Amino acid sequence: MNKIAMAGVALLMTSTALAANTSVTVGLQLEPPHLDPTSAAAGAIDQVLYSNVFEGLTRFGSDGSVNAGLAESWDISEDGKTYTFKLRSGVKFHDGTDFEASDVVFSLDRARAEDSSNAQKALFAGIENVEAVDDLTVKVTLAAPQGNFLFNMAWGDAVIVAPESIEGIKSAPVGTGAFTFAEWKQGDSITLSRNEAYWGAAPALESATFKFISEPTAAFAAMMAEDVDVFYSYPAPENLVQFEADPRFTVLSGNTEGETILAINNKAEPFGDVRVRKAVSMAIDRQAIIDGAMFGYGTPIGSHFAPHNPDYIDLTGNAPFDPAAAKALLAEAGYPDGFTTTLKLPPPSYARRGGEIIAAQLREIGIETEISNLEWAQWLEQAFRGYDYGLTIVSHTEPMDIGIYARPEYYFQYDNAEFQALIGQLGVESDPAKRSEMLKTAQTIISEDYVNGYLFQLALTSVANAKLNGIWADAPTQAVDLTGVSWSE
Amino acid sequence: MLYYAVKRLGSLCISLIIASLVIFTCIEIVPGDPASFMLGINAQPDTIAALREELGLNQSLTQRYFGWVGGLLTGDLGTSYTYRSPVSEIVADRIAISLPLAIYALSLTVLIAFPVGLIAASKRGSVTDVSVMGATQLGIAIPNFWFAMLMVLIFAINLRWFSAGGFPGWDAGFWVAMKALTLPAIALALPQASILSRVMRSSLLDTLSEDYVRTARAKGLTRRQVMWRHALRNALIPVLTIIGLQFSFLLAGAIIIENVFFLPGLGRLVFQAITQRDLIVVESVIMLLVFAVIVVNFLVDLAYAWVDPRLRVQS
Repeated sequence: MNKIAMAGVALLMTSTALAANTSVTVGLQLEPPHLDPTSAAAGAIDQVLYSNVFEGLTRFGSDGSVNAGLAESWDISEDGKTYTFKLRSGVKFHDGTDFEASDVVFSLDRARAEDSSNAQKALFAGIENVEAVDDLTVKVTLAAPQGNFLFNMAWGDAVIVAPESIEGIKSAPVGTGAFTFAEWKQGDSITLSRNEAYWGAAPALESATFKFISEPTAAFAAMMAEDVDVFYSYPAPENLVQFEADPRFTVLSGNTEGETILAINNKAEPFGDVRVRKAVSMAIDRQAIIDGAMFGYGTPIGSHFAPHNPDYIDLTGNAPFDPAAAKALLAEAGYPDGFTTTLKLPPPSYARRGGEIIAAQLREIGIETEISNLEWAQWLEQAFRGYDYGLTIVSHTEPMDIGIYARPEYYFQYDNAEFQALIGQLGVESDPAKRSEMLKTAQTIISEDYVNGYLFQLALTSVANAKLNGIWADAPTQAVDLTGVSWSE
Repeated sequence: MLYYAVKRLGSLCISLIIASLVIFTCIEIVPGDPASFMLGINAQPDTIAALREELGLNQSLTQRYFGWVGGLLTGDLGTSYTYRSPVSEIVADRIAISLPLAIYALSLTVLIAFPVGLIAASKRGSVTDVSVMGATQLGIAIPNFWFAMLMVLIFAINLRWFSAGGFPGWDAGFWVAMKALTLPAIALALPQASILSRVMRSSLLDTLSEDYVRTARAKGLTRRQVMWRHALRNALIPVLTIIGLQFSFLLAGAIIIENVFFLPGLGRLVFQAITQRDLIVVESVIMLLVFAVIVVNFLVDLAYAWVDPRLRVQS
């Protein structure tokens, strides 16, 4: 009797253990508005779907490298204008239709079409023609050589979709990835299940649930009660010490592509004067902001470039923290008593908390700031499109986005012909050594022009169950790639 | 009675028309463009223009107002800008949580408040009365989100009796779903029950000092009989008013509690929709809530007439 009961208990235990071992619940702060990564900027869409459900010709690795995706290999013509992609054979979309060259043509043409609502349409701007050579070969012709074309094709906005399933993509996405979309309980969760017909290595997980918890305190409770197994980009850095001390959890700290900057409206007086911008940069104690606003997580930067990138150079020395020198510069520029400007803060805590600290630091050199807290929609309207601001704080999370400084209409309104020419040349250069040199020059130009106050590289801090392996610590793009995630028991 | 009901119905319609105008203008003048919000900071101007066209944002304000109201009248709440699915479907999903939660919380409120109010009133000035009223004072003073977090700490994190939040859906089973709503319902009910007990007590005390109660006592009825037959029914009018208000509040005002327990209810939908500038969702949901409040008030008005026969004959 006892033995039977024991066996029953043991069976029960193994069965629950097995169930726990093949599924994972991921906590995310934001819910995707819909499930089409090719027609919205919302990072939450990519977090759920990138590489899990949708794949592109190329894909990002956990270290940010660009690897083969749905394209097995590619040839680049001598002049750098023609890319011939050899596609993987035997790949099927989740609805059972074959993945073919025509799907690639459809996806790229759709993204670059006149009425396209792709949030990163610029990625496709250089494409002149996309053509299916045969079922598994696609030839992409560019108007001019483009050094980062393969990188661009790895973005979530460039994933391959099928014409057969495009109608329902926003609520029932059909891709080629290792997981199929199963269910979306709006406002609550999205569930994915393993794609048994996946072309690549089968993932260890049978199912994955993304749960949307926006309140930091609720995120804490859900993690502590073990309702979620991993909270990606955990929203309350003040709790991280507690999770670190708890053996049930591990805290993952990694890099993101988010350059957090004190953006300066270069066309608003008195910021047209480079001495004033330099003074602002030198009044800022970056480490104090990282410690005070981000609880120590973040890497100081001196230009608009990610420190983990191989072409990064440390330019933090261009604007050392020196209030006295900053005050002298202001006096030299004609503002011995300082001035008053606006500081408009969008919702993220790096901006709201960092803003208070920056305001105090600027006051030390005589610059008074009128702080206003804005919602994103207001920020986009006032600061981003209306240029109605003096200073603002934003983290630019798109990878390799130094090119925005070549757009004079971009919200910080930096207009430098030399820099624009450099970015133009960079676009058509594909020699790695030359590209590296140019990227370093680009970093230096904007750093020495003090276009913006460069604060820190945003860190990604996630909290995970200690038995869970394979969660990406870094965020080369906004993705929670679950293909390599498994339980260690 | 019929005349009374028709009159109430008329003022209901006028309220709805005014509400639709106010809601529409308020929301349309809020700065922020849904299309640029969705496309983010790297979007090109022509992409934003294409999306605005697709969403119908280029129509004039009057066109959009009448389009919206016309849709409402035929039961079409429009299509969400961000979710791109019919607002009625989204709202139906959310009501499946908000309505049961409000009913659950209101039932708890009434179940707590009626006996507490009755006991306090019948034992006026006693230790029981003073301590019960002290407790309700505390119940009103404690912010419900704090109380909610405290319950999560005790029952979800330490005791592991409940999960910290979320909603498994009604298809997971009635009791499973009710269990998920229990902590939120208690958190919502606590301050409401405290308010209602106090109203119940003071209303009962008012009626107990009326002449007809003294007459009834003089006729030889016991305290208990007087309480049940005469005082309670007459004390119900203010109590019903409060219950009506509380129900509307619970339906629409659970935003904070929904966030603490990450429940996908109506409040959180509106909250998200406002930050995303999903104006059509905000307008339709608020209109729906206004409608619910007005209907609840209408029902409360009818209930007055049922409790108080004088209201039926008064023209």
